[in-house]
Amino acid sequence: MTKYKDLYSAFFKIGILTFGGGLAMLPMLRREVIEHHHWLDEDELLDVYAISQCTPGVIAVNTATYIGFKERGILGGILATLGMITPSLFIITLVAVMLRQFMENPILLHALAGVRIIVCALMLNTVFTMAKKGIKDGLGLFIFLMAFLLATFSSVPIVALIIGGGIIGFLSNKLRNGGKKS
Amino acid sequence: MIYLTLFYEFFKIGLFSVGGGMATLPFLMDLTNKYDWYTKNELTNMIAISESTPGPVGINMSTYAGYQAAGIPGAIVSTCSMVVAPIIIIIIVAEFMEKFYNNPSVQAVFYGVRPAVAAAIGFAVWGLIEITLLAMNDTGYHPDWLAIGLCLIAFLLLQIKKLQKLHPLWWMVGGAIIGIVLKL
Repeated sequence: MTKYKDLYSAFFKIGILTFGGGLAMLPMLRREVIEHHHWLDEDELLDVYAISQCTPGVIAVNTATYIGFKERGILGGILATLGMITPSLFIITLVAVMLRQFMENPILLHALAGVRIIVCALMLNTVFTMAKKGIKDGLGLFIFLMAFLLATFSSVPIVALIIGGGIIGFLSNKLRNGGKKS
Repeated sequence: MIYLTLFYEFFKIGLFSVGGGMATLPFLMDLTNKYDWYTKNELTNMIAISESTPGPVGINMSTYAGYQAAGIPGAIVSTCSMVVAPIIIIIIVAEFMEKFYNNPSVQAVFYGVRPAVAAAIGFAVWGLIEITLLAMNDTGYHPDWLAIGLCLIAFLLLQIKKLQKLHPLWWMVGGAIIGIVLKL
């Protein structure tokens, strides 16, 4: 039987050794979860990944919760999740403290100004990739444009945009299926 | 009480950010309008640091935002609040996972959610661009043409498949060097 300690430490290791989360985590996850601990096989891991992408929250964390829960119930799920987020807490706090100390340094300020420009480019690229993957047809494009315009020109909360997209998707599916029956 | 506010805001972020770490961005951007925890400029720094340190980006960004709001206790509260809703949902879903994932209605909902999430992130990125490249302030836009040019070049380079695989960390190291050399 899997020990609680193993769940925490395995996901701690995954958390501290992956940069970027999401898909970048997959190689580390495979090594710990499949090869080392045999908690899942290849197919199961891909299923867990798919489900983690479709449920709210950070993909890496969802995967940790799922595996922890399957192995040792609710406490297992919580411990695996805590393992996953512990490295972030330490590392980010450390960096944030250091950054505050050196915030007056002109070289750091120039460097950060350059980095911010790159972040804009990287984020633009992320949006393009997500839009390409997420927009499957005309209706998808319509949802994308509507949501973008509403976000830009009105004060509709983001939550409402996301729920609205879900409702449109759900209704369009019902309408299509209604058409097929006749 | 700031910790209760942090709990409420980050519980909500955890509940509604579907599709990975970057889905938290629109919500973190929204917080800059509601509280004075960090500025939009600082948010851009936070993204850079979250992407170039170990750990999931969404968790890193939330830890950072919590730290900015209320120091180390704030970082702990925001990070833990962020995972509460996902833990509950995963535990419920895990029981009937395959049925859930293959259910046509569930698939249909996500078919509509994904473009909306992409749009929300797009809107948040536009906010970053306004601050970083267009230097928006009370008197309007003051476009920084050098920064716009550099961003465009970086974006075009990112369309090259081989360069796309390069870890974001290296892009940011490049950005830092350019920033120091050009005294941006």
